[in-house]
Amino acid sequence: MAKILADKRIETKHGRSRPVAKRHMPWGTWALTLNAIFVYTFLYVPIIVLVLFSFNAAKVGSQWQGFTLQWYNELFADARLGDALWTSLKIAGSSTLIATTIGTLAALALEKRGWWGRKTFDTALYLPVIIPDVVMAVSLLGFFTLAFRQFQALIGLNLAMGLWTVIISHVAFNISFVTVVVGTSLANFDRRLEEAAADLGATPWQTFWRIKFPLIGPGVLGGALLSFTLSLDDFVVTFFTRGPGVNTLTTEVYGRIKKSISPEINAISSLMLLASTTLVVTSLWMQRRRQG
Amino acid sequence: MYNARTEQRRAWLQASPALIWLGFFFLAPLVLILIYSFQGRADDGTVLWNWSLANYQKLFADGAFWRTLWLSTWIALVVTAITLVVSYPLAFFMATRSPKIRGVLVLAVMIPFWTNFLVRIYAWKVLLGNNGVLNRFLGQFDLGPLQIINSPSAVIMALIYGELPYMILPLYAALERFDWVQLEAARDLGAGRFQTFWRVLLPQTLPGITAGSILVFVPTVGTFAVSDILGGTSVNMVGNTLSLQFGSASNWAYGSAISMIFMLLLLGAILLYFKATREVNDGENPG
Repeated sequence: MAKILADKRIETKHGRSRPVAKRHMPWGTWALTLNAIFVYTFLYVPIIVLVLFSFNAAKVGSQWQGFTLQWYNELFADARLGDALWTSLKIAGSSTLIATTIGTLAALALEKRGWWGRKTFDTALYLPVIIPDVVMAVSLLGFFTLAFRQFQALIGLNLAMGLWTVIISHVAFNISFVTVVVGTSLANFDRRLEEAAADLGATPWQTFWRIKFPLIGPGVLGGALLSFTLSLDDFVVTFFTRGPGVNTLTTEVYGRIKKSISPEINAISSLMLLASTTLVVTSLWMQRRRQG
Repeated sequence: MYNARTEQRRAWLQASPALIWLGFFFLAPLVLILIYSFQGRADDGTVLWNWSLANYQKLFADGAFWRTLWLSTWIALVVTAITLVVSYPLAFFMATRSPKIRGVLVLAVMIPFWTNFLVRIYAWKVLLGNNGVLNRFLGQFDLGPLQIINSPSAVIMALIYGELPYMILPLYAALERFDWVQLEAARDLGAGRFQTFWRVLLPQTLPGITAGSILVFVPTVGTFAVSDILGGTSVNMVGNTLSLQFGSASNWAYGSAISMIFMLLLLGAILLYFKATREVNDGENPG
């Protein structure tokens, strides 16, 4: 039986087996194609409308009154937005750096079998993924407030929430995601390579940096990328853990979106869209180049 | 060099930064709000140390809270169900294309996935608003205007839109690994279409379904931003209630009790779901 299956597999076109569905139920293929067209339309129509209207000359309403770049010009002159973007990048950059280091180490620890507490640690790492961010946000607010009061009462140290409390909190929700992503690439790592290096007299340090790290590097980079995006994307945790005067791109844009629809926000949104598209396309391109 | 002792010690050493960080900034805050939930309210809305069960008594009698919880659960279930029903055939479609087309299709899902969530919510505000694109379009045919914004439908639409990639990608990952020859084998052995799907394809892609459903359900049931921006005052979800208790009309102790009950119910539901899917799987593949 296995032999027959294997033979059939080779016969197929792309070196990979294809489903029978195509031959046996053409109506099914139709339905699948229609569904795909529907979903992709649904995914892209809102974005495309948004981009189109960022070039619309009309200040209010959704009537087309001609092409303009005015909203983009106003955007680039908006100092508040520039500051907010810079704050966002600082938070995302530093929290990614810390979370990637801690998360990668945690994944390396999880890879080792048979140590006491491994299973508990594994389960605990999933918790930040399934606890709603709003619960995490309010609990961190409660925690920082209490801790600062205690510090002041006990040792007279005056601390206040600011940029750093946001960074700490972002690291807390990013560690797990990094660990999961790096863990996947560690699962594909051939441990015999490590043993071979050790047999040939490499120190653990050399083995790690020369053999292991280059091989799991893409996974680490993937984890860092996810962490960076999650940090840039976050609103709730930032909102509750920031000090006065700390404004990120999301908190700034959130305030404006809530109030109204404006062509300027259309323009910001289009730029954010451009940024994420560039990111996705470049990372895929780099992946392909590595493989090819 | 690779003896078990040093391996053990190294494992603990590598795990410790994560343990410490998560212990301080994830676990301790959760324990803290557990403690807060048994306290009273100070004048400034924060916590007055005074142990009691008052918050929980108030919570169980609080009809508004249970309505909010019900609305959140209902919205999250609808969103999860719709995204699942739409995404499974899509992932099937994607996984059965040639590698080249597959790459393009995945890329097209990735772009909205990596786009800032505010952009995705805002797009729906532009589309559905009272003077929005949809109503303008309907107006051309003397239809409408439809009052969609500030209603649960608007919130559900935007949530489906935002969460779709989180359902599509795990399903696609599961279907991509599937060995399609098995379908042929099942058919050769006399299984009908439905049977083939139910007993061969579905059990093997169940991990994808489980992952996708949890990835969609959890952020949806705890959402704050979508209902805040698109639901106005008429769609009040748990996230909004929570942020209110820790915000302007504040009562931190009561908010902590809400967080606790919400988290317990959510974790319970996830565990039950895991158990149920595992049982279905075991039932389908005895041995």
